[in-house]
Amino acid sequence: MPSPNEQTTAVETTTRGAKTFNHLDLLESQAIFIMREVAAECERPVLLFSGGKDSAVLLHLAVKAFRPAGFPFPVMHVDTGHNFPEVLSFIDETITSLGERLIVAKVQDSIDKGRVADPGENGSRNRLQTTTLLDAITEHKFDAAFGGARRDEDKARAKERVLSFRDAFGQWEPRKQRPELWHLYQGKVLPGEHLRAFPLSDWTELDIWQYIARENIALPSIYYAHEREVVERDGMLLAVSQFVHPHEGEHVERLSVRFRTVGDATLTGAVRSTASTVEEVVEEVAGARVSERGATRGDDKFSETAMEDRKREGYF
Amino acid sequence: MSSTTHREETTDLLRFATVGSVDDGKSTLIGRLLVDTKQLFDDQLDAVTEASVRRGTGEVDLSFVTDGLRAEREQGITIDVAYRYAATPSRKFVIADCPGHVQYTRNMATGASTADLALVVIDAQSGMKEQTRRHCCIAALLGVSEFIVCVNKMDLIDWDAKRFDAVEADVRDLAAALGVKRVTVVPVSALLGDNVVEHGSTSPWYRGPTVLGALELAKAGDWAGDETGEGTTTRLPVQWVIRQVGERRSYAGMVAGAPLVAGQRVLVLPLGKETTVTEVSTYDGPLDSAAPGISVSVDLEHDFDVTRGDMIADVVNPPTVTSAIEATVCWFGAHPLKVGDRIRLKHTTHSTPARVTAIESVLKIDTLSLEPKEELEENEIGVVHLATATPLVVDDYSKNRITGSFVLIDEKDHTTLAAGLVGLPQILPQG
Repeated sequence: MPSPNEQTTAVETTTRGAKTFNHLDLLESQAIFIMREVAAECERPVLLFSGGKDSAVLLHLAVKAFRPAGFPFPVMHVDTGHNFPEVLSFIDETITSLGERLIVAKVQDSIDKGRVADPGENGSRNRLQTTTLLDAITEHKFDAAFGGARRDEDKARAKERVLSFRDAFGQWEPRKQRPELWHLYQGKVLPGEHLRAFPLSDWTELDIWQYIARENIALPSIYYAHEREVVERDGMLLAVSQFVHPHEGEHVERLSVRFRTVGDATLTGAVRSTASTVEEVVEEVAGARVSERGATRGDDKFSETAMEDRKREGYF
Repeated sequence: MSSTTHREETTDLLRFATVGSVDDGKSTLIGRLLVDTKQLFDDQLDAVTEASVRRGTGEVDLSFVTDGLRAEREQGITIDVAYRYAATPSRKFVIADCPGHVQYTRNMATGASTADLALVVIDAQSGMKEQTRRHCCIAALLGVSEFIVCVNKMDLIDWDAKRFDAVEADVRDLAAALGVKRVTVVPVSALLGDNVVEHGSTSPWYRGPTVLGALELAKAGDWAGDETGEGTTTRLPVQWVIRQVGERRSYAGMVAGAPLVAGQRVLVLPLGKETTVTEVSTYDGPLDSAAPGISVSVDLEHDFDVTRGDMIADVVNPPTVTSAIEATVCWFGAHPLKVGDRIRLKHTTHSTPARVTAIESVLKIDTLSLEPKEELEENEIGVVHLATATPLVVDDYSKNRITGSFVLIDEKDHTTLAAGLVGLPQILPQG
């Protein structure tokens, strides 16, 4: 059976003006337009950077939107403390080479201050990130936060505006979204409120990978096939690490895997893969039968509306 | 499908919105289209099946593919737009599945404002309803020039060709009155799938394309302006000033109307000074020309004081500079819009305080005529006059959807209260 992704394979092109522009050019232009609009309309934006592939694309688009000047906003990493080391070093190297300012908001600090309960070393910190993120937004008085979320990821995200309003409690109210007409993005909020801005709203997973291939965007090595020890749990392959220990009866295997998403290490599953180059990953993604989050994210499996529930609280 | 071409990139992008009354089957149709074209991943389809079982809907409820919010599934209605993505070998689709209820008109307008095409869904049993007319009217008003009309639930009327013909005649009359240029009418069963992706055997009397076939044949990507000559010449609303190395400044924005070409003679507005574009570029380097919808930065021969909110436009057929406009307004505010109201207006990249100087009329959906009225109530469409504190650089909406559109924003809480179109509604009988 063909994959949902496989169907984006046309080779036809049309000429619009002298240069030929394809759908990736249009998606890129739309994202750059959104970033410039938010930078112009909002007082204190911030770009959220997890080190994942979508935020790597977002950072690349910021370069294209604002260079040769510096970014008109800092970059912020919400650090769960449950990281893949490859991702942490990627974040540091990337931001250092760009010469931009990095703010790190740590879930551990929220735990130490008693803002959230410690789920223990092996418990998920996914949901705790919300408090850390909202506290950092309040502390720095950010009125807009760029995120790399895409509408094809989840049915609640499919409902969200490009500029998504958050009330003074950081909450998303899906029944009361602001109208968003044409490309007239409205960036003003009252003090204490903020916006989430999603320049990649209309991109699919395959668009992201095709763009990474075209633009030669660097990613953490765990996005490409490598051998590592994993255990199968709740239908997912979890990497054995200081945060994930095999339970009794679980069988540790050494497999060739890669990650389709990057999140809290206790909840982010790997997929079996031998795709070790970006071209091979594009091929693999194009043939996938299981969605990106379905294959890899334990955080979406808690209930039918897990993402909506977290988004209402102020999650990414 | 070839397995060696994934690195090649689809070119063509068609944006369409579903339009029609509540419960006529818009979300089910989109669900059917996505399932039958294999756009859904296995786990997504499993989740829809599981949710259907849990809610005891009997069959798999395909509307759950797009109705993803808790409240939507509880009530069995669509509250806000869901965006879904699909692709065939010939094009990529951005689908806005819009709500049908009148109280969510603002969300429907959100979905339709960027659409190239409307997928109109009508229940074959009841035919066109008031709300179908209203939504078709809003879509046409927003400049959607092509309709694919799905006469749905044909299985419930035993594929009665006469009934289909009657609904088709009604909808073609309406489309003609609204000035819609291209109309395809397809008899379908979204529930069973006939004529959605495959023809099926139930309607041998129907010789037209399937819904998917019609979507593949539709004209794509003209909403930002194209080269047909029907719209305006080149416009570049200035979004952002980029300081290059040294004293040089470039002006960033998205091209609208017609391609922007290096060497083009342009006006800087509202300043009114003429100059030449010395370079059109992106981060990747200079371009000879950039099409509508492409984000670029330009360098100008002269060092004028150009800032965000200004517009760079072709010297031939330039836009109008004015502080007083006549416009068509779709009002979404809970309180009526009245003469004298002060409001913030955002047009292209420019925001300005504005005041309502006159309300002329309201558009009657049933007769498609304008009737005198002194205020606009929620979800009404009317003709108003606005005066702005700083001048606007505008075109008629019928000529350019970018430079002819604006929104009205509450000055106190910054909520968007109206969609505005420069000029009279274009759907009215001309003359």
